[in-house]
Amino acid sequence: MQYITAFRQGDAGRHLVRQIARWGAQLADAGRTVFLMEVCGSHTMAISRYGIRGLLPRQIRLLSGPGCPVCVTDAGYIDAAIQLAEQGAILATFGDMMRVPGTDFSLADARSRGADVRVCYAPYDAMAIARDHPEREVVFLGIGFETTMAPVVALVREIERQSVPNLSVLTAFKLVPPALHALLGDPEVRIDAFLCPAHVSAIIGALAYRPIVAQYGVPCVVCGFEPLDILLGIEQAAAMLCAGKPELVNSYSRVVRPQGNVAAQALLDAFLEPTDATWRGLGTIAQSGMRLRNAFAHFDAAVRFDLRETPGTPDPACRCGDVLKGKIAPADCPLFGGACTPLHPVGPCMVSAEGSCAAHHRYGTAEELGP
Amino acid sequence: MTDDVIKLGHGGGGLLSRQWIAQEIATRFGQSGPLREMDDGARLALSGANLVFATDSFVVSPLFFPGGDIGSLSVHGTVNDLAVCGAVPRWLSLALIIEEGFSTASLRRILDSLQAAAADCGVQVVTGDTKVVRKGQCDGMYINTAGIGEPLPGFALSPSRLQPGDAVLVSGSLGDHGMAILAARESLPKSDALQSDAAPVHRLVQAIVHLAPHVRFMRDPTRGGAAATLNEIVADQPVGIELVQGQLPFHRAAQSLAEMLGIDLLHVASEGRMLLVCAPEAADEILATWRRMPEGVGAACIGEVINAPGRVLLRTDFGGRRVVDVPMGELLPRIC
Repeated sequence: MQYITAFRQGDAGRHLVRQIARWGAQLADAGRTVFLMEVCGSHTMAISRYGIRGLLPRQIRLLSGPGCPVCVTDAGYIDAAIQLAEQGAILATFGDMMRVPGTDFSLADARSRGADVRVCYAPYDAMAIARDHPEREVVFLGIGFETTMAPVVALVREIERQSVPNLSVLTAFKLVPPALHALLGDPEVRIDAFLCPAHVSAIIGALAYRPIVAQYGVPCVVCGFEPLDILLGIEQAAAMLCAGKPELVNSYSRVVRPQGNVAAQALLDAFLEPTDATWRGLGTIAQSGMRLRNAFAHFDAAVRFDLRETPGTPDPACRCGDVLKGKIAPADCPLFGGACTPLHPVGPCMVSAEGSCAAHHRYGTAEELGP
Repeated sequence: MTDDVIKLGHGGGGLLSRQWIAQEIATRFGQSGPLREMDDGARLALSGANLVFATDSFVVSPLFFPGGDIGSLSVHGTVNDLAVCGAVPRWLSLALIIEEGFSTASLRRILDSLQAAAADCGVQVVTGDTKVVRKGQCDGMYINTAGIGEPLPGFALSPSRLQPGDAVLVSGSLGDHGMAILAARESLPKSDALQSDAAPVHRLVQAIVHLAPHVRFMRDPTRGGAAATLNEIVADQPVGIELVQGQLPFHRAAQSLAEMLGIDLLHVASEGRMLLVCAPEAADEILATWRRMPEGVGAACIGEVINAPGRVLLRTDFGGRRVVDVPMGELLPRIC
């Protein structure tokens, strides 16, 4: 099978679009409009990239959720990382962290001013940097959801195995399910169904969303990142909403197992423990993060260098919190496209290419593009 | 965010570069005279003779990459800038900036490759300069070339000539050069199939000279990729461009790597391709001509000019539509 083309076939896509239109007509007859939240940033990106929003009936609306780990990284974390670089450490990071604004600077700004910041394609790349620079401290910026936690923790395990003295990790790990609970517990937020993340689910398993369906009666569809995956997810969610039968559906079974990746879960459990976490735009959510257990604290850059992370102070005009919660569309924010652009992002949603504001800004909205 | 220091993105060919050039270069040198056109080369008249003048600097890392090296690239880059201005490349200047300690064997290899490329393109290196800088002051070697070309008859190229219904053509797969460089530079899975497209395009231009009056505009999609180039073409124009997703030619190996890294191939540089906008009635003949040539085998019609001032859009295989944006600065791989 050619994976690049198999899940992008126009015929199959148009068939799904017609099916979704039928559910839309049924909703219209009942005078209903439903709100589906795509949790993951890669979903947001693919929806924009394939112009999917413009293919949906008006009765089916998509909301972009908080599932871009770069976007929800707090400014205080960036400040702390830059502080480490100023003390002489080499920072190793995923590429899209470069433009995330700290209080005064982004990592890209810091690099232009002399900080040693290196873009990695995989956490293991940091091992080579540490080996090549034995005289310097190297800090890997370990951010991400469950998907990314696993390879970063595997790096920590490798640091321990090989006793690498000059490599540590500055963590800002976040968990998806607590964020979904927080959203559904917010009385101002209306979400009728979730399109659950694809790769996070590969780690935690589809069954992780069962409590959400049971507790809130909200249908959950685990779906992949290809356009056909997303259209199928929307179709299945719409079908359940029309039938009034909320269920958990795993439409990404080619990757996601019900129990998830048990080996990765065991690895995470061995090295990490839950902690409260600050989400840019959402604030602090109890037990929504993970940190290294005490036994591994010497690999934690915050401990090793006695860092005090001060939470960032968001711009009061920035409405990213409301965008992340799906309360408003990106274009409804007064800063959108003016003071806040992908080149000079103010809030988290404009930061990464996966952020909902950035996706809207880059690819336009269905309304302005027309038919 | 601050812009009081130069960032890598200022040279990335995207939005940052564009803004910087508009603010700092155009205001000083582009108020009047040929630079105002902001084209790949300047069209000049000198005591009765017309000529086209262009320059380009090459700082590619690694110096040797699958499908080429900095030597051949520094010929092709300037030759292509002249070619897309509708000129026959004639003379080149060659300026070398070399880091102390650089291997003479590598230098000879680069110069041999440059010599072969110049011979292939029919250009003569007529003047030059060599500087050696202290170790650490440059990354191996940098090259600057400037070129002079002679305008071909019949071409009157300007974005202002674009009309709704015009065809948008490309001479081959997009983004191969950028992805080959990225793969060679970083610790990414290597694939023999992934080769830079670096090559001269002047023959593609000369082959269609009989259709010159139908050609509205030509440009080679280098830094910033086809997305940046097409956006530049329609900026401030009363028309826009709509691409058709299913018709965009991408090499499978480049596409696989780009998908993995979350990079849009429309944002990635080519070094041996050209984009051409022409009257619809000439499109088939240009494509047929190109496809008979080795450098144009993968030529395709990728879209058309539409009534959407200044915008580049893409129609997806499902019938959806989206904006094709200008890349920001550096291409940064995504976390997941």
